[in-house]
Amino acid sequence: MNTDLLIKATGLGVNLGGRQILHQVDLELRKSQLLTLIGPNGAGKTTLVRVVLGLIKPDQGSLSRADGIRIGYMPQKLFVEPTLPLTVRRFLQMAAVSKSDVGSLLDEVRIAHLLDQQVSRLSGGEMQRVLLARALGRDPHLLVLDEPAQGVDVNGQVELYELINSIRARHGCGVLMVSHDLHLVMASTDEVICLNKHICCHGKPEQVTNDPAYLAMFGRREAQTLAVYTHHHNHSHDIKGAIVNESCCDDHDSNGAHKHG
Amino acid sequence: MADFLVYALVAGISIALVAGPLGCFVVWRRMSYFGDTLAHASLLGVAFAILFSAQLQIAIIVSCLVFAALLLALERRQALATDTLLGIIAHSTLAFGLLVLSFSDRVQVNLTAFLFGDLLTVTQTDLIWIVCCCVLCAVTLFCFWDKFLAITVHKELASIEGLPVDRLYALLVVLIALLIAVAMKIVGVLLITSLLIIPAAAARRLSSTPEQMALGAAIAGCLAVSGGLTMSYFWDTPAGPSIVATAFVLFLIAYLRPGANA
Repeated sequence: MNTDLLIKATGLGVNLGGRQILHQVDLELRKSQLLTLIGPNGAGKTTLVRVVLGLIKPDQGSLSRADGIRIGYMPQKLFVEPTLPLTVRRFLQMAAVSKSDVGSLLDEVRIAHLLDQQVSRLSGGEMQRVLLARALGRDPHLLVLDEPAQGVDVNGQVELYELINSIRARHGCGVLMVSHDLHLVMASTDEVICLNKHICCHGKPEQVTNDPAYLAMFGRREAQTLAVYTHHHNHSHDIKGAIVNESCCDDHDSNGAHKHG
Repeated sequence: MADFLVYALVAGISIALVAGPLGCFVVWRRMSYFGDTLAHASLLGVAFAILFSAQLQIAIIVSCLVFAALLLALERRQALATDTLLGIIAHSTLAFGLLVLSFSDRVQVNLTAFLFGDLLTVTQTDLIWIVCCCVLCAVTLFCFWDKFLAITVHKELASIEGLPVDRLYALLVVLIALLIAVAMKIVGVLLITSLLIIPAAAARRLSSTPEQMALGAAIAGCLAVSGGLTMSYFWDTPAGPSIVATAFVLFLIAYLRPGANA
């Protein structure tokens, strides 16, 4: 297996309860690569993620993972019973993180103030960041994020995706992400896989959004929305610093384009 | 103090010390009905043991473990909703248990002792059984505490982080089954889960970490046992129900206390 390759899957098929959920899915993920998985509800995105994580064994095909790979997983959501008293600190320590690291992890996802907060009382956005911190706690080679921005408001979504991108730049880990917000992740995504039980189309984001299979699945309207967003993004480079400065710097750093003072 | 009272106190406290922390998992994982079912089912084991004159303590432990394995297997197959399944098993095993008992010729069997417990008749042999099983449960629980907690908070995260989730859950169920088997003597089949749940629930409002809650539950359990036994000694009330009633009062105090963290 190529040394840069984290995950290689060929011809994956999964049947659950007599239904074919995945059919002939090929997937490759390299170091520092961000791969986004999109597709309608019931397309098997979560199933594919679970196969990659090793939670489900595929019925057909093969999956190989790099030797000694550490995977950090951020589940769609986490419900903690209100009867279970659990602080953010304790929750992060479960990932076998040493005590001093918990603080720096929370700094990295910018929620250091939540250290002693009860997990069951966190807001949606705070919870997602705590989950991200736990995934990072394993110092992963591969981050697997299942709809990381679910239940987060629009501003929070933008910030969260920028955070994920800056984390990828800093740690050099591969990222496999399920996301509906292609317009938000387009700029940073290296490759998109459009899944509907099988792979409809895949490639660079710009290619995928013009692919007939993609247009057929998501319809013209969604495609146009995307076009608008893409357009918006092209222009936003000029004025970006004026609107959101912190995220701007992260973005530019990771692209290596230029730096603000 | 009379011997029987010392035995009762030692037996009750050993069980309370384990039931508190273990009960926290029962509360966190919403397994109270599971515990009830296991307890009811073990009465069937008791009935057969009496019918075939087998050693009672062993019969109870074996039948608890067998039913625990059965429940685990059924739960995994998910043929019916879990609560429906548990309801069917809990009540039919209780019914069959009572039926089998009625066939027994030697009906000196004191049914209420099994249903509501008979702590004051604990013998030295009983005590040894109880203490040994409690020590075994306590040591296992202590060693696996972090792992049990991890699978309770998020099964899949725990699995990805390398824990054998299914096996750990099975071990937790075995511990619960073992504790129920030995605690039957104290509070009986019908009241057993209260010893797991009420102290844990009482400790919840006063704690902000899982470990605090476990410790609080153990303390609350000990208070309930000593309170209940005192009540039983002075007012001649049945010991099992007295313990549960005391636990409930403790729970009420914890919940009505103003300003505790909810």
